[in-house]
Amino acid sequence: MNTDDDSLFANLQQWRAAGKAAALATVVSTWGSSPRPEGSHLAVDEAGHFIGSVSGGCIEGAVIDAAAQVMASGRPQLLEFGVSDEQAWQVGLACGGRVQVFVEPVE
Amino acid sequence: MKRATLARVAAARSRRQPLMVVTRLADGAQCLLDAASCEGELPLPAEQLAEARGFLSSGRSSSLAGAAGLFARAYVPSPRLLIVGAVHIAQALAPMATAAGFEVVVIDPRGAFASAERFPGVQLSDEWPDEALGRLGLDAATALVALSHDPKLDDPALELALPSPLFYIGALGSRRTHEKRLERLRAAGLGELTGRIHSPIGLDLGGRAPAEIAVSILAEVIQVRYRGDRVETGA
Repeated sequence: MNTDDDSLFANLQQWRAAGKAAALATVVSTWGSSPRPEGSHLAVDEAGHFIGSVSGGCIEGAVIDAAAQVMASGRPQLLEFGVSDEQAWQVGLACGGRVQVFVEPVE
Repeated sequence: MKRATLARVAAARSRRQPLMVVTRLADGAQCLLDAASCEGELPLPAEQLAEARGFLSSGRSSSLAGAAGLFARAYVPSPRLLIVGAVHIAQALAPMATAAGFEVVVIDPRGAFASAERFPGVQLSDEWPDEALGRLGLDAATALVALSHDPKLDDPALELALPSPLFYIGALGSRRTHEKRLERLRAAGLGELTGRIHSPIGLDLGGRAPAEIAVSILAEVIQVRYRGDRVETGA
């Protein structure tokens, strides 16, 4: 936990105060050599601006896409990326690890 | 995440208070947990409450073992770097440490040194080091580096730092300067603790420029934070 989280939560508050929809993604499980530890956050606003990270950069695009769906539906999603997963090859989790990311709307 | 939860997390971070959010991954229901209370729409049985509090006290974020689909996220205070002496190396070190995730305070009662022009965007204290350190508090998430080269500033800081739970203490100065400093600290009755001081300060990267020395200091602080004080340097 460090000041990265401070700026992430400050951004989330600013986005919501400005009336923008926002979602928060969190790494909740990792297996093997995943690049970011459990608890790592990525915050996304309705325009696709984002801060933080849930990987070395390989799955952020897919998580931002899911965040847009979560903002639209108001319902959280649990995503999984890994080498055993067809989709993950396309998204490209090259490190060989597996990671579960929870994406929730921010009221 | 509810708006009130977001506000509570942000407020706890600014007050350097530990806080935990437990989330049920099936539907996003959450509760907020600290050492004293547990509130929110997600009730936690005593067993999981105890497990979550254990994670919180060690600053760990993890799934709870007792129940499937519950994730506990610990929010603990940012690491802090207190820099005594608003010198040239401090000008390089403060923004580097900020970028590395540290909350940084530069302490120097000499107004010509600790000026906003020399330290744009950096938290400055013009108090004497003993006053500033007493106000800021020396906890186990905090490191202190004494860079002033002036015993009037460095010594009072080190005298407070040595018996404290700070995770890192470093002092700039040549071996001769440091020997004299150790003599003074021994005379002040702190002889048994002087081994805590990293001096020569920083990893031995060979650099001489202020920014290069700042890199080696920051590298050592990060190394001690994760690996502890007893690291084989291979030197």
